[in-house]
Amino acid sequence: MAEYQNIFTRVQVREPGYPGVELPEGSLPRLGKPIFSYWIGKLGDAQIGPIYLGAYGVFAIIFGFIAIEIIGFNMAAQVNWSPIEFVKNFFWLALEPPPPSYGLSIPPLSDGGWWLMAGFFLTSAIILWWLRTYKRAVDLGMSTHLAWAFAAAIFFYLTLGFIRPVMMGSWGEAVPFGIFPHLDWTAAISIRYGNFYYNPFHALSIAFLYGSAVLFAMHGGTILATSRYGADREIDQITDRGTAAERAALLWRWTMGFNATMESIHRWAWWFAVLTVITAGIGILLTGTVVENWYLWAVKHNFAADYPSELTIQNPYMVTGGAQ
Amino acid sequence: MKMFDPKLLTLTALGLSAFVVGCEAPPPEVVQNGYRGLAMQQNYNPRLHQASLDANVPPDAIPASQPGGPLAKDSYKNVQVLGDLTVTEFNRTMAAITSWVGGEKGCFYCHNSAQWELDDNYAKIAARRMLQMTRDANSNWTDHVADTGVTCYTCHRGNPVPEKVWVTDPGPKHASLMAPTGQNTAAASVAYMSLPYDPFTPFLLGDNEIRVIGDTALPTGNRNSIKQAEWTYGLMVHISDSLGVNCTYCHNTRSFFAWDQSTPQRVTAWYAIRHVRSMNNDYVQPLGEILPATQKGPLGDPYKVGCNTCHQGAYKPLYGAKMAKDYPALYEDNSPPTVEEAPVAETAAEEAAPADAAEAEAAPAEESVAEVVVVEEVVEEVPAEPAAPAVEVEPEAAPALQPVPVRMAPQPMQYPPSMYQRPMYQYPPAPAGR
Repeated sequence: MAEYQNIFTRVQVREPGYPGVELPEGSLPRLGKPIFSYWIGKLGDAQIGPIYLGAYGVFAIIFGFIAIEIIGFNMAAQVNWSPIEFVKNFFWLALEPPPPSYGLSIPPLSDGGWWLMAGFFLTSAIILWWLRTYKRAVDLGMSTHLAWAFAAAIFFYLTLGFIRPVMMGSWGEAVPFGIFPHLDWTAAISIRYGNFYYNPFHALSIAFLYGSAVLFAMHGGTILATSRYGADREIDQITDRGTAAERAALLWRWTMGFNATMESIHRWAWWFAVLTVITAGIGILLTGTVVENWYLWAVKHNFAADYPSELTIQNPYMVTGGAQ
Repeated sequence: MKMFDPKLLTLTALGLSAFVVGCEAPPPEVVQNGYRGLAMQQNYNPRLHQASLDANVPPDAIPASQPGGPLAKDSYKNVQVLGDLTVTEFNRTMAAITSWVGGEKGCFYCHNSAQWELDDNYAKIAARRMLQMTRDANSNWTDHVADTGVTCYTCHRGNPVPEKVWVTDPGPKHASLMAPTGQNTAAASVAYMSLPYDPFTPFLLGDNEIRVIGDTALPTGNRNSIKQAEWTYGLMVHISDSLGVNCTYCHNTRSFFAWDQSTPQRVTAWYAIRHVRSMNNDYVQPLGEILPATQKGPLGDPYKVGCNTCHQGAYKPLYGAKMAKDYPALYEDNSPPTVEEAPVAETAAEEAAPADAAEAEAAPAEESVAEVVVVEEVVEEVPAEPAAPAVEVEPEAAPALQPVPVRMAPQPMQYPPSMYQRPMYQYPPAPAGR
């Protein structure tokens, strides 16, 4: 009974390695001969390779490599090329966007120019990789849901690093490349613009993000729990509904009065994931361009709770007559 | 296939979670300091808090001197600041200062043993200036130091040079192809965040605007950048770290900028920032001309005052012990405030800030453990407020900078510090227009 109550995959299929469907005319060849790995099979399909890179993939990797190199060497320069300091400070180091005083002009390489350069190469790599996901789907005769979900994430990435800085007229508004620095930037943008807690699109994005996690757990759990009745053949069960689909549906109908179907649960998941980044991007786009202070905006629109305050303090700028 | 006994599995899981969840010993104490439901609270780890209490115990006061007798200026030569004290009080003060800052050399850290009146030691000139700074603080900056006041011990803690000081930080050595950004290194000054590691120079020496948040719902031309917000953030982290408090000690974090939702402590902190600026600009920085290189930073600027110089992890230095009132010399007119003259705040504050460490332990909790107490505190604080404007406007202008009487040949040094010639890692300028 415990076959499916295990965090690792219990079933591994061994067949001669499957190279995949025929490639269209003019495609580059697939690389590598398939091998099988028992331990990889614990997590996913045991077959590794062949991989298809193609022109988009090759250029995406080259551009991505250049971006990572620019970022890495700039980080190393900050610790004067010391490998020990590089490791010690790795989580703190960053390639910062240009100071705000440069506006949207092209700064010297040493003062943010490298950031623009790294951004260009990284964006190129990501867009090339997007073209690759789109092209692979078409070439395999699939529809392009994955590519469009990825495009939503790219929209959010471009919002943070390109679209909003352009709207604000300053590269300095963009996110630094670095582990802790990008997290501190995240805190700082919320502080600067009066608390993202009151940004409705931030709230929507969080709801979709956490909702994605919940949906994923619900779906994974439901399918594993009904696998013994054939739910592992999910796609069959969309149109040829069997006892697996019926029991899964009944469980949710009994527990919460409503159930998705074998098909619709995947649409739920796709939209939750996609809306996470789309709403996040809208929230970022509005910040500083349309809304200056999210807290005051919430007060203006009557959805910031009013707490009684026994504390009455005076703004010292009022008391001392200083500039407001 | 039976792999686990379900009961055993449940017990193991329960035990593991109990181990993980319960392993912070001792559990933190939470003290509420604002309206319920707002997370307005301070968190204390009792073990660390006890260590802080033990480390912040003031020395006993020297017994009061007999009143009367000749004045110091008539009995001693070259008494520039304390001349109006009686000789007995003057010597008592000198003894106290020696125990507070003298270190191993005692009197002779400053004085020439052959001719006590000579100003041939930089330390004596610095000490005189620091004495003036202390008198200025206790007399003119009561919005910050209240009637608790400060003494030499508040910062020095027995050392000739206070331990917690800051200097303009050029940062780690960069390769030449990178312009320093002033941030992104593991720096203790900002509690190991990746924020700008020297928020002191722009805010506690310079008077750059700390406020970055716009005060309108829609944009009306506030061009402060996110990078500027990071510098402000760095200063705030330093304050929080120095006082051993959360952001919520001063701010309601739902709206950092709004004064109408902040706690009274934020007003104190506002005056404190200006007080520290004044100390650094009017007293400490000019001493750079005479201080030795061992008391200067890599750019040649002297050790300066930050929040942790006095606070050292306590929300009130030495947990509010009232040391200064025992030493009239620490006030500009040689008259410390007496308990009788003080308003309501005096007695209430005395309860909340006892000199005794054991009582002090209760202090942070007593201040705000219940809402009722919060209300009481308001009653304490509010009467003090209306007095603030009248008293406060003057000291900002009043302490005219008296030139330091330098009687030694200034040592060769970099002055003004070279930071003024290095704009790259300074506070970021406003963005270019849109």
